[in-house]
Amino acid sequence: MKTTLSRRRLLAGTAAVAGVVLAPGVTLIAAPEAEAKGASSDIRWGLLIDAGKLTPEACDAAVAACNAENGLEPASRADATAQWIRRIDVTDPQTGHGVSIPVMCQHCEYPPCADVCPTGASFRRADGIVLVDKHICIGCRYCMLACPYKARSFGYEDITDQKSYSPRGKGTVQACTLCVHRVDAGGVPACVEACERAAPGAMLFGDLKNPDSEISRRVSQIAVTRIRSDLGVEPGVLYAGV
Amino acid sequence: MTRIIGMIGALALGLAILAGTGRPAPAADGRVPLPALAAPAEGESCVEPADVMRRNHMEFLKAQRDETMHLGIRDGKYSLNGCIACHAAADPAAADPAAKTIEPFCEECHSYAAVKLDCWSCHNPTLTEELRAHLWDGSKKP
Repeated sequence: MKTTLSRRRLLAGTAAVAGVVLAPGVTLIAAPEAEAKGASSDIRWGLLIDAGKLTPEACDAAVAACNAENGLEPASRADATAQWIRRIDVTDPQTGHGVSIPVMCQHCEYPPCADVCPTGASFRRADGIVLVDKHICIGCRYCMLACPYKARSFGYEDITDQKSYSPRGKGTVQACTLCVHRVDAGGVPACVEACERAAPGAMLFGDLKNPDSEISRRVSQIAVTRIRSDLGVEPGVLYAGV
Repeated sequence: MTRIIGMIGALALGLAILAGTGRPAPAADGRVPLPALAAPAEGESCVEPADVMRRNHMEFLKAQRDETMHLGIRDGKYSLNGCIACHAAADPAAADPAAKTIEPFCEECHSYAAVKLDCWSCHNPTLTEELRAHLWDGSKKP
């Protein structure tokens, strides 16, 4: 899943070396653009969620920001409402110590949803963002069963008034996109932005492959856990203080 | 001779109706009228000549959708939001007559050709505020 070069781009790249010139000024295949663009495997987008700094209110602010950003409206039935991120309250039964954490798609290195997808609609982008290509999703919901984090929702009802940058509809599976439209524009996910106001430093977004990024420095200094790390799916969402 | 003058008169009347409503009158021979596309509300020229767009827009959109979705390449010129930014127009038949939507523009040809399009079950066909604000200020490519 780490291939970033499509067949078309490979052919276009070859043409740069061996462009077939039919006549002066007429080339069979147009030369490709100067540089490779788009998602790069040199980047691994990740999140660090520090439960020690989080409050239940900050979690709720993150959830509300996600719903507002992606236009997630309540469906006619509560169990048909799409949920891309939710607040989980966990308590250690022995000590009584409890924390609230936001849980969303964990953007796994080895995503089980993509493994089971029969059409290739679930996939991991080169920079680690796991997405559903709703154009080729057939709505079988295998991915929802395969996901250990219950991160995905199914569109049961017709949807109108979607956000232009966050299309979604009936009959396909949807999930947290790590606000890919913001990330591609150089921004941070909406949940992180909202959480920064409610609980500064509790959620950190960045490139885990860049040793100079703040998230890389933080994860090298403190103990982090991954939810269900025993499964070996290597989530991109890391938790501290859980 | 009278017959020819009558035909010219009918043609002139037909053109007058065409100019008045923006839609062609039912053809005299009883055939389905050809689609009449409204001029775009924004922009100076389309990303390709009109005849190229008519024949190939679906291929352009599909190719770019795969690059955007899977490779994260977002600066292609065949953007669906780009279509909306220019071709959305107020639809008197819509629930909100003031809202600008591209649906009637698409429907004009698609109903003629009896080709169902499935874009709008997930994509929003209206010129939304965020599209206006973030993607299209008249100078940037959407």
